[in-house]
Amino acid sequence: MHTYLDNAATTPMAQQVIAVMAEQMQQDFGNPSSTHWFGRTAHTVMDQSRQTLAQSIGAKPTELQFTSGATEANNTAILQTAHSRQALGRHIITTAIEHPSVLKPMAQLEQEGFTVTYLPVDETGQISLADFDAALDDETILVSVMMGNNEMGSHLPIAAIGTRLAAHQAWFHTDATQAYGLLPIDVDALGVDLLSVSAHKLNGPKGVGFLYRRADHNFPPLMRGGEQEMKRRAGTENVVSIAGFAEAVRLISDQEKADRQAKYLGFKHQIMAGLRAADVAFEVNGTVQADALNHVFNLWFPGVSTYALQTNLDLAGFAVSGGSACTAGSLEPSHVLTAMYGAASPRIAESIRVSFGSTTTALEITQFTTVLTKIVTRLRKK
Amino acid sequence: MKATGIDDLQIGELQNLIEMMVIFLDNSNTRVVVGMSGGVDSSVTALLLKQQGYDVVGVFMKNWDDTDENGVCTATTDYEDVAKVASEIGIPYYAINFEKEYWDRVFQYFLDEYKAGRTPNPDVMCNKEIKFKAFLDYADELDADYIAMGHYAQTRTDEAGTVHMLRGADGNKDQTYFLSQLAQKQLKRALFPIGHLQKPEVRAIAAEYGLATAKKKDSTGICFIGERNFKQFLSTYLPAQPGQMMTTDGVPMGQHDGLMYYTIGQRSGLGIGGNSQNSEPWFVVGKDLAHNVLYVGQGFNNPALMATSLDASGMSFFTGHAPAQTFHCTAKFRYRQADTGVTVTLDGDRAKIVFDEPVRAITPGQAVVLYEGEECLGGGTIDLAYNEAKVLQYI
Repeated sequence: MHTYLDNAATTPMAQQVIAVMAEQMQQDFGNPSSTHWFGRTAHTVMDQSRQTLAQSIGAKPTELQFTSGATEANNTAILQTAHSRQALGRHIITTAIEHPSVLKPMAQLEQEGFTVTYLPVDETGQISLADFDAALDDETILVSVMMGNNEMGSHLPIAAIGTRLAAHQAWFHTDATQAYGLLPIDVDALGVDLLSVSAHKLNGPKGVGFLYRRADHNFPPLMRGGEQEMKRRAGTENVVSIAGFAEAVRLISDQEKADRQAKYLGFKHQIMAGLRAADVAFEVNGTVQADALNHVFNLWFPGVSTYALQTNLDLAGFAVSGGSACTAGSLEPSHVLTAMYGAASPRIAESIRVSFGSTTTALEITQFTTVLTKIVTRLRKK
Repeated sequence: MKATGIDDLQIGELQNLIEMMVIFLDNSNTRVVVGMSGGVDSSVTALLLKQQGYDVVGVFMKNWDDTDENGVCTATTDYEDVAKVASEIGIPYYAINFEKEYWDRVFQYFLDEYKAGRTPNPDVMCNKEIKFKAFLDYADELDADYIAMGHYAQTRTDEAGTVHMLRGADGNKDQTYFLSQLAQKQLKRALFPIGHLQKPEVRAIAAEYGLATAKKKDSTGICFIGERNFKQFLSTYLPAQPGQMMTTDGVPMGQHDGLMYYTIGQRSGLGIGGNSQNSEPWFVVGKDLAHNVLYVGQGFNNPALMATSLDASGMSFFTGHAPAQTFHCTAKFRYRQADTGVTVTLDGDRAKIVFDEPVRAITPGQAVVLYEGEECLGGGTIDLAYNEAKVLQYI
């Protein structure tokens, strides 16, 4: 009875992933650092998983360190890069629409005396390369730009920035959490030095992700107290989840990614057509573009509060997002919508995010559009 | 009976079953949005409504942001309690933010009243403007038939369909005083599932069903101040203006810290002891806002504290009309006070209320609430207190 349309928040685990993890839990429970048969068995699972994951982004296995997820990967990449390279300069470039796990470390660095440039975005959620060029200087030691935005699905020009940084001292980090399951990624082609991802956004388990770090790009570990991950990240590895993560990635070929992108774009058009046929006034936040992250669809219903719409949809059995929950479960005004439309825009309090996943069907989208139409129409009559 | 017992029993059982099903089906199509605070009263309210088969939706209202420098905020723990209880009961739960509404409609009033030298009652205003207005509006957006919160109050609907407000069965917890500004249209949309219970019974039900809030301490004080020091809280919003303290005869008695910090009838915190002639303690007996003077007098029942009548404004009645232009009933002038017999004479939404016997420390800004036996008729706001024809210097 409940339809899940919040796949940008997290995704259900694939059956094959569950099977791999169940087997792992039952059989190979060893600590990969142990020097006995059990340890070696677990170590083999780690090696194979790392191989699969490294291949998926065109990296070498030694360039991957497992983390508890993208938040830890982002924190590690940003804080450790800044702290270890500050002799070369104290300027960092990022965007106004990054995930809080990027923005909060940036805010901390600002307090420590670093200068951070937040590239603005236009109404499509896109940065301008001219702004980037203007911001880049000799003091810049790190650039952190997300590959695709989690609220709008806007796809940022990673390769173009990578090209610009090819002969610059700054290291280039990208948070690819949302993009990993939808876009083919090759770190060399993109010119990326650091890349963060998380397993649970692509039908893998929660609590695991990795940070890609280009060879010779070294910094001290954030977590200390063990020699795991080539001394880069202390703590016994989450072997079960790592195995599940690798399985989840094996299931998504580049063709599968392209198919999903096409399917999700179709869902967007299906929703828009349904709303228009029912004469429901709405606007898309951002744009509908084939090369965006098509699993994210952000809609504005003028005059309808996010709270009321999201809650009514949930009570009717449809899970969408009304924004990030802050203290006491109330909604934080979206910093992404604010960056795109300004703090005074009514869109900030009247928008929802619908996000599709591999299990979403056209029938679900039809049912969703029908219920959405009913609720919006009723709320507008009040 | 025994000879025909089997058939009768089956028929009886069937009837019972049908009755239960009808009740269940009826209620399952009736949505009640419950304002859950994370306390035991609203927890049990939600539980009982769920047991009665209603379509229950829990909503936590965040009306005030008290986040401290460490990011700690009481609303966070309260909301966690709502989450626990709602999942124990098996109902969906959400949060709604009314910080702006609360600030504009309750807190501004609260500050304005203090500035005017009166003692406001934010709980009355919160019920009127937030819980039974902003929250009711939101519940409407969720297609609610009713709202409920966990107030100790009861209602009765008469033949004409008019809803009457009755005192909560627990005399010590009765909250009709705070609900006294509600109108008929609000009352018609409200359910009070714990109004017939005593507080210990409510706690016992919570314990019986293992609700996380069964043993949670009752919240005390005004919701946005909580356990904090009231004086300190107020001083961050209103500049304190220290001034002269004196007796009603004009004898100087030192300094006061600012009129807003004192309530009529209050004893502690004056910093003056007895004297050789009279060892009785000192009390606040009046305020002169224009001259910034605080009047003090000795003795709990100091004559300056005793009133025989009052003027009230903003009179409202639950049924939409008063019993008569002039009528006798009982009244409370503050929460949990025993009733006093009064004669009310209405003039539009204003009233002259004359007491059967003198009442101590009538406080402008507080609510005066009228009762007829167990029924709460409505109420208004105290503007002026009199001792016979003389206006008491409460303002």
